[in-house]
Amino acid sequence: MDHAHAMSGHAAHPAHIDTSTGLDSRKMAFWGFIGSECLLFGSLIGTYMAYKGKSLVGPYPHDTVIDGQLVEGILNIPLTTISTFILLMSSVTMVLALSATQRGDRSWSVRWLLTTAFLGSIFLGCQVYEFTHFNHVGLKLGTNLFSSSFYLLTGFHGAHVTVGVIYLITLAFLGIRGRLGPEKALNVEIAGLYWHFVDVIWIVIFPLVYLIK
Amino acid sequence: MTSETREIIHDQHTHPTNSFYLWIGVVLFVLTMLEVAGYIGEVKGILGVGAAALIISVLSAAKFILVVAFYMHLKFDSKVFTGIFVFPALLGTVVIVALYMLFHVLPGILPPG
Repeated sequence: MDHAHAMSGHAAHPAHIDTSTGLDSRKMAFWGFIGSECLLFGSLIGTYMAYKGKSLVGPYPHDTVIDGQLVEGILNIPLTTISTFILLMSSVTMVLALSATQRGDRSWSVRWLLTTAFLGSIFLGCQVYEFTHFNHVGLKLGTNLFSSSFYLLTGFHGAHVTVGVIYLITLAFLGIRGRLGPEKALNVEIAGLYWHFVDVIWIVIFPLVYLIK
Repeated sequence: MTSETREIIHDQHTHPTNSFYLWIGVVLFVLTMLEVAGYIGEVKGILGVGAAALIISVLSAAKFILVVAFYMHLKFDSKVFTGIFVFPALLGTVVIVALYMLFHVLPGILPPG
């Protein structure tokens, strides 16, 4: 698709808003919040990376050779790949929800918001299944360095997805009540920023935890 | 014109079309497939561990940039927002790299004791 065509007629500069910066204060504050979240997840991912491959006892994340014997890794790559696709697709539906809200299409706005929340819930379901399975095979929070850092990192991310799902359902409820018109598009945009940030964090976690040995 | 009205007009004029968003979604899907292909290549012995890690990291960075630039609209929004996001994101990256170096790289370089 022609990128220039897709952007045609789009002004590069934001319209002036009556604040000291000329930018919307709510959006500015939310970007600041996202910045602080970057530092939180930076420390969690850093901790995981520091302890990566340093567990003295199993289960291990990937296939490992111990005393000449192959010990099978615990991570379920196919399941996590599917849940990653689902989370990525939820970002597409989120941006379509914002677009529909800006157009004043309340019906599609609510549909896309609920679809996004539904996809987020499936991702959470996959995570709950994964955690339950790990628990059954003996990988508990204090089993080894891998389990502690893994549960902390992915658990924090899952908590953020849970908050996002509640946020989206609340917005969809407001939409159903007729209180989510184009004049409230910024509310959906801020929810979208949060949701996309959660997606972006998973884009970092997925390769570092699951794909790179 | 009220600030809300200006905001709506601004939003209508600065965001790409739905089809463009869908194309970005397709690209993200393909990049994820390639990431997993890199992992499979490493498992099957086609790629070395270092090469697979490099390929997967580059693809992951590309996905990160696509989502932040287009879905989070940083490409079209004020550069102030970009600064507010990029500075802590870089700081977080430095923390990750520093911890990794401290625990995995430096112990192999520095003399014991």
